[in-house]
Amino acid sequence: MCLPTWATDRLRRSPGAPPEMPLVTVASDGRRRVVAAADPAALALGIRPGMPLTHARAMLPHLAVRDADPAGDAAALDRLAAWCLRYAPLVAADAPDGIWIDVSGAAHLFGGEAALLADLIGRLADAGLHARAAVADTPGAAHACARFGHETLTVIAPGAHPAAIAALPVAALRLPGEMVAALRRLGLEQVGALAELPRAPLVRRFGPLLAERLDQATGRLFEPIEPLTPREMVAHRLAFVEPLLTADAFGHAIDALLVLVCSRLEAAGEGARRLDLLFERVDGSVQAIRIGTAAPSRAPTHLARLLGERLEAVDPGLGVEAMQLRVTLAETQAHLQSTLALAGDCAAGDSLAPLIDRLENRLGAGSVWRAAPVESDLPERSVAAIPAVGPPPAASWPPALPRPLRLLDPPQPIGVMALLPDHPPAAFTWRGKRHRVRHADGPERIRGEWWRDAAETDAVRDYFAVEDETGSRFWLFRNGDGTDERSGDLTWFLHGVF
Amino acid sequence: MNGDHTASLAALRAEMARLERRPGTPPAGTLPLGLPAIDAALPGGGLARGALHEVAGSGAQVEHGTTAALFTAALLARLPGDVLWVLEQRDLHPPALAGVGLTPARVLYVHARKPATVLLVVEEALRHRAIAGVVGEFSGTLGLTASRRLQLAAERSGVIAFLLRRSRSFDAAALLAPSAAMTRWRLATEPSGPPLPHAPEIPGLARPRWRLDLLRCRGGEAHSWIVEAFDATGRGSVLADLGHRPAAPQPRRAA
Repeated sequence: MCLPTWATDRLRRSPGAPPEMPLVTVASDGRRRVVAAADPAALALGIRPGMPLTHARAMLPHLAVRDADPAGDAAALDRLAAWCLRYAPLVAADAPDGIWIDVSGAAHLFGGEAALLADLIGRLADAGLHARAAVADTPGAAHACARFGHETLTVIAPGAHPAAIAALPVAALRLPGEMVAALRRLGLEQVGALAELPRAPLVRRFGPLLAERLDQATGRLFEPIEPLTPREMVAHRLAFVEPLLTADAFGHAIDALLVLVCSRLEAAGEGARRLDLLFERVDGSVQAIRIGTAAPSRAPTHLARLLGERLEAVDPGLGVEAMQLRVTLAETQAHLQSTLALAGDCAAGDSLAPLIDRLENRLGAGSVWRAAPVESDLPERSVAAIPAVGPPPAASWPPALPRPLRLLDPPQPIGVMALLPDHPPAAFTWRGKRHRVRHADGPERIRGEWWRDAAETDAVRDYFAVEDETGSRFWLFRNGDGTDERSGDLTWFLHGVF
Repeated sequence: MNGDHTASLAALRAEMARLERRPGTPPAGTLPLGLPAIDAALPGGGLARGALHEVAGSGAQVEHGTTAALFTAALLARLPGDVLWVLEQRDLHPPALAGVGLTPARVLYVHARKPATVLLVVEEALRHRAIAGVVGEFSGTLGLTASRRLQLAAERSGVIAFLLRRSRSFDAAALLAPSAAMTRWRLATEPSGPPLPHAPEIPGLARPRWRLDLLRCRGGEAHSWIVEAFDATGRGSVLADLGHRPAAPQPRRAA
């Protein structure tokens, strides 16, 4: 993720924020004062970082100027990176204006990578921070696309990153400015052109850094992220004498870590809502799995089972030399008598939260829900999905109105023989099969909700519950009240099966 | 003499049930249907709890499984506690379940997406004694092994499990393959009568009528009834006892 205007956004958020005018920060470069960072308004008016302050003042006399504070920016970036732990277990600040987030193994909790990024950028935008983000197979490619891509949010499909960065300028490769200038003098504008050249002359001319950056971006060279650990977090690390390789060994290590972490959570009166397990491999890279719980928990057996289910996502490589368990989100949890917790099965009267956790971790977020009534007459709007944990809905639907068990979405058009305006159909044809109506009930008139949409102001649906000759019951409706053309075009639909 | 036989048969049955049960599992009791004519035909006077029951529709009803789902929901509404309803598609309309007495506060829905996942989720849920029952809507082929797993999981926890068999094709052979379920039901709709029997010319819908086929029952015999559907308070009534019917599908009969 990249924050192109981090320094000025931070100033705007601080107390005593500068007035609403273009803002720049300045730093000393030798004897000159130059612009260090500019906010979007200043950038739009042609102010660029690196420009002398006198030049900028000449262009914009009412420019607001503050002194740059690189140390403060870096510290704040670390705090923001710690906040980003809500998204993924492996996070690191990438000074001066970026944050690495390793989303592998964590995106499922947010419903996919794109949804995770959209949530991240949206929350930052709410806080007044301009952010651009990209997901790719390698940190280098993600870095390049976040800064030089066209969109503020880029998701690059697995394996597509060499093609995605080929069209970007060479500056996207995290090279020093003079090297970029030298490359451009040679006519090498794009990463793709650079990648096609033979390596040896390039390295001789520009040094090994160029080849290294190129390889990091394409994935030929692995680039580890040095993960950040906030100090106040409950975390334990277990280092092993011999590298671990098997799932059984990981299981034992998880049990040992959970005992330590859970006892600390208990002392703090807290329960874990999100746990990260980090595997430090022999080759220096770090892999991570993350689990979430619907209600705060500090039951080692439950958490061990959740972690165990995600173990298959871990590639131990040549072996894991240390494991770290971190509680990235904890909430207060009342003290319970821990003797109640039985190993394995859950006792009667226990809450369903452990089951819901396991199902959501396996099937993805939003797969478990309760249905709550919504005050709407339109059947497709009368039900809302609410979180499975939490207070169950107190009300129910009005019992007087029979509703079908299956609601077809969208309603399916049917051919109907019926007398207007308010007779039930005598017969209808659905999917090529003709149903003769023997009994019918209706019409039940449901009007459009004009307060939602102007197009619904005059809309009317007349619903009929009908039974065919075999006793099967269907819910049909006619668009329109049968007399006024504005209320609908008199087409018939099958909306549900009783 | 005859009475003696009945008593000793009942004692033998109880002894066999005790032997068949896995050691360490308490008897879970039964869930009566509330219709004496049907409960009398079921061992223990109702559907065994801690067991797997299969419910399917008939004919065109197999696709949507509406009668099967309403029958199951009406039975589960009588048990206290939460019900887990596992779906393959999100086409269930919860107000209909409330209409047979299963209020929204008591149902947890799980979207499993694939038939194999439905079985996994049902088995996982059956380990939790805190729930009243599990319902899985299942459109795949249920093998003997898979059904045996679910039956064992249900026995261990004492939670009742229903598998609603759905299928895109009518009367698919997959629905009749052998399984380890305790009972198998097939529900078909029957034409209902006029809403007011003394005034047949008044239009409207009466209570739905179902034909209830008990196709297979461990410790019992196949049987068929025609019933009036359950209402919001769980009331239903038996309209006709069709007696012992073979399990194979056969031509529809009028009531």
